[in-house]
Order: sequence, then C-alpha cells, then structure tokens
Amino acid sequence: MRARFGLRSLALGYLFVLLVVPVGMVFYRAFEHGFAAAWDAVTTPDALHALQLTLLMVVVAVPLNTIFGIAAALLIVRKRFRGKAVVEALIDVPFAVSPVVVGLALILVYGRTGWLGDWLSQNGIRVIFSTPGMILATIFVSLPFVVREVAPVLREIGTEQEEAARTLGASPWQTFSRITLPAIRWGVGYGVVLTTARAVGEFGAVSVVSGRLAGQTETLTLFVQDHFERFDLAGAYAASVVLAAIALSTVAVMTLLQRRRRTA
Amino acid sequence: MLVWLSVIVLLPLAAVVAKSTEGGLDGFWQAVSSREAVAAIKFTLIASIVVVAVNAVMGTVIAWVLVRDEFPGKRFVSALIDLPFALPTIVAGLTLLALWGPRSPVGVNLAFSKAAVILALLFVTLPFVVRAVQPVLIELDREMEEAAASLGASPLVIFRRIVLPNLRPAIVAGCSLGFARALGEFGAVVLISGNIPFKTEVASVFVFSQIGNDNVTGAAAVSVVLLLLSLITLGLVARLGRVRHEG
Repeated sequence: MRARFGLRSLALGYLFVLLVVPVGMVFYRAFEHGFAAAWDAVTTPDALHALQLTLLMVVVAVPLNTIFGIAAALLIVRKRFRGKAVVEALIDVPFAVSPVVVGLALILVYGRTGWLGDWLSQNGIRVIFSTPGMILATIFVSLPFVVREVAPVLREIGTEQEEAARTLGASPWQTFSRITLPAIRWGVGYGVVLTTARAVGEFGAVSVVSGRLAGQTETLTLFVQDHFERFDLAGAYAASVVLAAIALSTVAVMTLLQRRRRTA
Repeated sequence: MLVWLSVIVLLPLAAVVAKSTEGGLDGFWQAVSSREAVAAIKFTLIASIVVVAVNAVMGTVIAWVLVRDEFPGKRFVSALIDLPFALPTIVAGLTLLALWGPRSPVGVNLAFSKAAVILALLFVTLPFVVRAVQPVLIELDREMEEAAASLGASPLVIFRRIVLPNLRPAIVAGCSLGFARALGEFGAVVLISGNIPFKTEVASVFVFSQIGNDNVTGAAAVSVVLLLLSLITLGLVARLGRVRHEG
C-alpha cells in the first residue's frame, strides 16, 4: 500500500512539475496585468494577421493530408505491390526529421539557388520567404498522422463487408462512401485532430522558410518567438495562451474521440 | 499518391543529401567535423540519451500508475499526457522559461544551461513511453503475477521477473520514438538554451544558425547526420513491431 502511494506521488509529482506548473505559469503571466491587456496584445494588426496565416496553413494542409492519408492507408492495407515497405517508411519519415532540416530541404529545392530556383524566378513564383513555402513545410510535418490513425482501423475491419457490397453490384466509389468511410470515420477524425494540432503548432520548419516578416509571413508560433525576442513579453505570452488554449481543446477532443471510438 | 509523396517528402530530402555531398565525401566530412558541428552533435546525442533514460523510468512509472492505480481525477491526468504532443513547441519553450527562467517565481534560473535543454526535451518527449507502455500494461494477463505472488515472490521480484520482461519491447519502442524526437527538437529548445556554441547548442539549432550564416553545405551535412540517426532509430522501431506481430 505504501509503495503504491509512493509511486502515485512520484508520477503525479513529476507530471505536476514538468507539465502543469509551467503551462499554468504562462496563463498566469499572460493575465498578470488583467484580461484587457492580454486581449489588446493579441488583437494588434500583426497578431491578427499571424492568426489568419496560421488558419490558412490549417485550411490548406489539413484537407490535403486527410485525402492523401485515407488514400495512402487504403493503398498500404488493401494492396500488395513492390516497394510497399519503402512507401511505409517514407510516410513515417516526417516523424523522424527535425523541422529545421525540413526547412533547409525546401530552401534547397525551391530557394533562389535551389533545384527549381531558376525556373520559379523566371515565372515569377516565390515559394521561399513566402506563403507557399510555409504551406509546403506544414504539409510535410503533418503528413503521417491520418495515415497512421486510419491504417490500423482498416486492418481491423477487414474486407468482408466491402466484398459483400461489391458482389451486390456496388461501384468502388459506392463501396468506399457507404461501407469503408463510415467504418473508419473515428480514425479519420482522430487523425484530423492530430494533423490540425501539428499544423497550428509547427515552428521550426516554418521559421526557416518564412523569412519572418511581421505582418506578412509570421504565423502565430513565429509571432511568439518574435515578440519574446523583442521583449514584448505581454504579446508573446498572450499569443502563447491562444496556442495553449487550442492545444488544450485538441486534447479534450482527442479524449472524446477515443471514448466514442471505444464504444463504437 | 506516390507522386505526392515523392514531391513533398522525397525530393526535398534528396536535395539535402545532394547538397551535403556537393564537395564530395571530403567536403561532407570537413563540414561535419568542424569543431562547432561536432560539439553540437555530441551534446545533442548526450542530452537525448539522458532524456531517454529518464523517460524509460518515469514513463513506465506513469503508465503503471495510470493503469494499475485508482485515484480521483485519473482520467484527467491520462488526458493530460497528450498535452506535449498538442502544445506548439515554441509555447513549450516559453512555458519552461516562464517557470525556470530569469524571472522564475521559485528562484531557480536554469536558462542558458545544459539542464534547461534536457528539461525542454523531457517535456516534449513525455508522452512516448507512457503511450507505448499503457496499452501493453492493460492487456497484460495478471494471472502470472498472481501466481508468482502466491508462490511468495515480493512485489519487486514480480515486477522485475514478470512485468518488466513483458513491457520491455514497448519501453524500447517508446524510447526510440522519443530519442528520434529529441535529436531533432528545435522549438522547445531555442528560447531556453540560449544557443551558446560549444555549450548549449544542439544540432538543430546549429543547422538553423548555419542557414542564417549562408553556410548551407555545413547545415546540410549536419542535417544528413541527424537524418541518418533518426532513420536508424525508426528502423529499429519498425523491426521491433514486426517481431512482435510475428512472435
């Protein structure tokens, strides 16, 4: 009994010191000078622009990665083909690559002296230090989530129902939309939540390719660093609270989805 | 789909590898063996190993408490474990600086120290071992433990001889994922470490500063080292997973 209590205190104490206190501190610092001051700090034009840009990243990256994720999961689970192991490994690569390396990689392809640099500048397309590069970086880092959540569900539900639908004359699209998609919906939902959280929170890769021009190529995470380094702590903490609130709601939605999936 | 994957993932990474070997293998070697690069890679490795060791112990303890213990608010604590995955890394860095920085309310200033880097890495890698061990512990058949207890084994012996061997693959898998993450972490570290070369500069921060200094070849070379290390680690996880499926 005493050992059990000791372990519980150790675990909870560790979580408290490492997790709860620091996150609480940011909320405290943000609202130290009142709610109005924090509100003012996150409603400056630069802050609002940063929030908009972050939302743009989500709106572009999440749907693309969701469609890709479902297609890739179907391919990996339902088809046999040469080089499947390589494809699976490639899908996991974004988990293993440092965000800074992702940024560097994009510069080396799309930057001024990059592989496609000449062609892009001849056609007047700017990727690096501009929104397209940041979107590419966000897609890269959030690529694996939907695949990784959907693939195990597909494996579990098997192919019986799909085959039954097919023998009854359903087209591939009908089979997918009436049988497969409803069966994997919780997995997809979970993957979408994780993808969104990653897209909102991406910092390193976006930081390298953005050029960090306030009011132009600054997302909310870059805004936090920028304002921290300019000693505008109120702005940095207030924007952090917005991001932390998004993270906390993500965790809440994840918990809900997990419960739904278990009962479904 | 394969085209998409190649354009988004393969092409950029190929560009990094190509850039790093532009000056041949000699050029690559010269770039990674510069004193600052070696120091950064070494510190990253040491910090990641320390972090993984702490995670192995604390992750297992937390998973154990969450599965085997009962206390009010347990579900809330379990949900909280995912917070480091959801919280943007730069916010994680700022939160740690708010608590352990120059304006620390508890009077402990770790900013710009090696300990700060380790703390930041512990924060972002917290969920890996817990989330790997938790499901295994839930599935674990308690009959073996009960049998051992009825034969007079002490709780410690039961843990060491029966529970731990069952958990080991999950602990190793969680540690590997955490290790890969720690190697490349940037956002959480960049504010609190101060990025002092030869002291608190980790590899990802080194890459970042070299891009800024127009030493792209050096940045690419260290990137390739990081890439290889994480790919080896992830390969290990994949192999472990396969062994478990077949066994």
